[in-house]
Amino acid sequence: MDGFFDTGLGIFVIILAQCLLVTVLILVSLAFLMYADRKIWAAVQIRRGPNVVGPWGLMQSFADFLKYIVKEVVVPSGADKFVFFMAPMISFITSLIVWAVVPFGDGWVISDLNVGILFIFAISSLEVYGVIMGGWASNSKYPFLGSLRSAAQMISYEVSIGLIIVGVLISTGSLNLSQIVRAQDGDFGFFSWYWLPHLPMVFLFFISALAETNRPPFDLPEAESELVAGYQVEYSSTPFLLFMIGELMAVVFMCALMSILFFGGWLSPIPGLPDGLFWMVLKMGFFFFIFSMVKAIVPRYRYDQLMRIGWKFFLPFSLAWVVIVGLMAHYGWFWGAYQRWAIGG
Amino acid sequence: MSFAVFAFYLFAVIAVVAGAFVVFARNPVHSVLWLILAFLSAGGLFVLLGAEFVAMLMLIVYVGAVAVLFLFVVMMLDVDFAELKSGMARYLPVGLLIAVVLLVQLGFAFGGWQVDETAMSLRAAVTPDPAEVSNTVALGNLLYTKYVFLFEAAGLVLLVAMIGAIVLTHRRRAGVKRQDVISQMYRDPATAVDLLDIKPGQGA
Amino acid sequence: MLGQDLSVIAPELVLALYAMGALMWGAYAGRDASRMILWVSTGVLVAVGLWVGVHAGGTQTAFDGSFVSDGYARFAKVMVLFGAAATLALSADFLSRNELMKFEYPVLIVLATVGMLIMVSAADLIVLYLGLELQSLALYVVAAFRRDSLRSTEAGLKYFVLGALSSGLLLYGASLTYGFSGTTMFAGIAMVAGGGEPMSVGLVFGLVFLIAGMAFKISAVPFHMWTPDVYEGSPTPVTAFFSTAPKVAAAAMLARVLFDAFGNAVADWQQVLALLSLFSMFLGSFAAIGQTNIKRLMAYSSIGHMGYALLGLAAGTQEGAQSLLIYLAIYVTMNVGVFAFILNMRRDGQQVTDIASLGLYSRVDPARAAALAVLMFSLAGIPPLVGFFGKFYVLKAAVDAGLVWLAVAGVVASVIGAYYYLRIVYLMYFGQEVEPLDGRMPSIHWGLLGASALAMVLGIINLFGVESLAASAAATLVQ
Repeated sequence: MDGFFDTGLGIFVIILAQCLLVTVLILVSLAFLMYADRKIWAAVQIRRGPNVVGPWGLMQSFADFLKYIVKEVVVPSGADKFVFFMAPMISFITSLIVWAVVPFGDGWVISDLNVGILFIFAISSLEVYGVIMGGWASNSKYPFLGSLRSAAQMISYEVSIGLIIVGVLISTGSLNLSQIVRAQDGDFGFFSWYWLPHLPMVFLFFISALAETNRPPFDLPEAESELVAGYQVEYSSTPFLLFMIGELMAVVFMCALMSILFFGGWLSPIPGLPDGLFWMVLKMGFFFFIFSMVKAIVPRYRYDQLMRIGWKFFLPFSLAWVVIVGLMAHYGWFWGAYQRWAIGG
Repeated sequence: MSFAVFAFYLFAVIAVVAGAFVVFARNPVHSVLWLILAFLSAGGLFVLLGAEFVAMLMLIVYVGAVAVLFLFVVMMLDVDFAELKSGMARYLPVGLLIAVVLLVQLGFAFGGWQVDETAMSLRAAVTPDPAEVSNTVALGNLLYTKYVFLFEAAGLVLLVAMIGAIVLTHRRRAGVKRQDVISQMYRDPATAVDLLDIKPGQGA
Repeated sequence: MLGQDLSVIAPELVLALYAMGALMWGAYAGRDASRMILWVSTGVLVAVGLWVGVHAGGTQTAFDGSFVSDGYARFAKVMVLFGAAATLALSADFLSRNELMKFEYPVLIVLATVGMLIMVSAADLIVLYLGLELQSLALYVVAAFRRDSLRSTEAGLKYFVLGALSSGLLLYGASLTYGFSGTTMFAGIAMVAGGGEPMSVGLVFGLVFLIAGMAFKISAVPFHMWTPDVYEGSPTPVTAFFSTAPKVAAAAMLARVLFDAFGNAVADWQQVLALLSLFSMFLGSFAAIGQTNIKRLMAYSSIGHMGYALLGLAAGTQEGAQSLLIYLAIYVTMNVGVFAFILNMRRDGQQVTDIASLGLYSRVDPARAAALAVLMFSLAGIPPLVGFFGKFYVLKAAVDAGLVWLAVAGVVASVIGAYYYLRIVYLMYFGQEVEPLDGRMPSIHWGLLGASALAMVLGIINLFGVESLAASAAATLVQ
């Protein structure tokens, strides 16, 4: 068997198996994350949340899933059918593809791309199309307005996310996600990760991630009071499910990115303890918890306020930060905290 | 046929077909979507060339930014393509003639392709050995050292474009209420709220 | 290394930094500072012009030879900077009169000037393209600066679409040139293009496309179509600007490409330029005859004048390059004066551009009429005014290079062209009396008009030494 896995076909089979494994694991965990999201939200509001299907309501997401699948697909009259169905698929597939470059552990990555970060950017810039196409193809005003809003929002925050990441890239000297994690490996465990030197950017990144994924308090595209449900108004059944999964997957992905960029990915926070997948999952879970808490606690922003923060505060601030990090990295200030390419990258 | 060759033909065929559909699609929005597909395939071709940085930039810049703008414009403007195309039949002969002339000229140009030895050595002089550095690093090194002047000049060009867009479109409308965040934050009940005790029947 | 490079591009650097600073200044100080920014920008342009002018230092290159600062570049830069400064100074009055006084205007003009400085110093196709694009983009915007006027927006749009097309041609030529020569550096292209045997067909194609793209920028026939409409539609100070500095920069850039990159293949481009020159001279003369709008007339006039400038270039000799520089210097001086006059053609505060409105202008203001008459004689190339010497030098260069037929054609076109210049003089002195134009004229306009006219008269003594300066400048271009 050893020989087979060295041939082209064998390698192909291995990669395929890896992809399947990651996809299935993520999709299954999404079911429980959705459940967790609702439970957390309920707990904050002193409700019980889903509690009927299965023990403690654990099977709730699967019940929802069945319901989505067996319901009738309604296509609005005058809709551009092809584009209408392409949109949720694009949304779903693009949010799935990005996982190809996420390292869950040292070497535990489907494709250890040299330009991993750029790949993520490229794919997430495609995610906008799901939204725009969905809104346009529905042939209705509310979805269209919602999609325009949503697209503008995503593009705006992509800019500041990009600049925030550039700071990390300068410190690391590599665009490879595994390298970024390795560069954070140090003697002080938790305190050698990037969150400390790049502290202001951690908050900026988190907020931008909220906006980028259309999560509350920036869920303006589906601001119910104004636009019903934004670009998803006309969607029902499986297409809607795809949109929803895509969105949730993007949120989980942002959690993964947050852990990798600022919180040492698979590295253990306490020196001496073994690194590994466990820590990565734990960190992602933690950030997902925070995402849910924000959703439960913070009231929604107005659209112009959202744009104001994005362009007038985040953008200049992250731009200035790039320059500052560049200087600090070049001159090796702060004991080389910003100059990690010598160590890892 | 190796995988790389297969991928090349796949991307190349998709790019060409998508390009054709950009022109022939009846709906302008579909045209833009085909254009995006063509960009994606071009990105794929760049990956096959080993230029992964350029490939990703292709996606980020063209697909992520330029095509989105196209899409916005095409969706928002009600472009009547039937009307636009009505003139096509009239100008088709002239256009075809020019196209044929250009094609013949291109044929001459490429037919006369002589690989000058000086030219080849000059071309090779700029590129570092791909075995030694990855192309992202190589590009970065060239861009910020040898071509830094061009890089900055390109920045100036973009600045001019930005100034131009603002000058030509920004209007200062009178009577628009603007939000002043600072003053909002520094408001306090003592100055902002006036509690009056109005007796029944005495209100204004 | 970098420090030395920066010292070579110091004028561009200073102007670019100033433009960015002025932008911030304007953005924070608001509209009230616009006037101030305009005058400071004028001052900065003049100061940089003086600095470049007195700065000797031979030929210096920067950034691996992709940017060159030699006598030729400095000569062209001085013309560009002074031309830009003069037209900027002229525009203040017009802008505030028409509520167009925005701080972006001087900033855009300065940035366009930076682009022009880069153009004339380019020793690499990419540098050339970036300079050109920086300049053009700023020009498209200022052409449409009066955005409430349909004509101005139309001018901007036309200029933009056709300009984009010409940039496409230029890039096409540049990529062909790169493909066949393996480099974008002029020095490298010259190595391949002058390797003894004739140039390869591909390189010739590249050269032709390059020339076509640049001919558009100097509005040489048959790439002139945009000129009359853009000149007419743009705000008048913008027209004044268009007809001075950008023309100089584009012509100087064309000469730079032809001599630096294709200097060993003169025969390959000589006929192209000769034809461009011939068509431009004749079209400029004939088409201007029927014009009633003075801005359109100046557009055709500039087409014709560019034809003469190309005549010098077509000679393909050092003498030709020298005559080109002299011609451009004279042309810019004359145009500044003429536009100082045109900007003040007003009736009841309204701008008029109708030529007939100049009827018997000599009675309204004899001094101004005399100044304009001198300029018109000079533009027509009538001896003994300085304009004649400009034509004389290019014709002489052409004859010396063996292009006698072209020189003869130039003389014929000049005689035809004299008609419409002299018609203006005729109208002013013997035309029909019309409702008189307003009398007031800002002193700076008067000063520039008077100085320009005076230079046309006094210059006949020794051309203010331009001849020898141009000769030494041309010597650094053509080795």
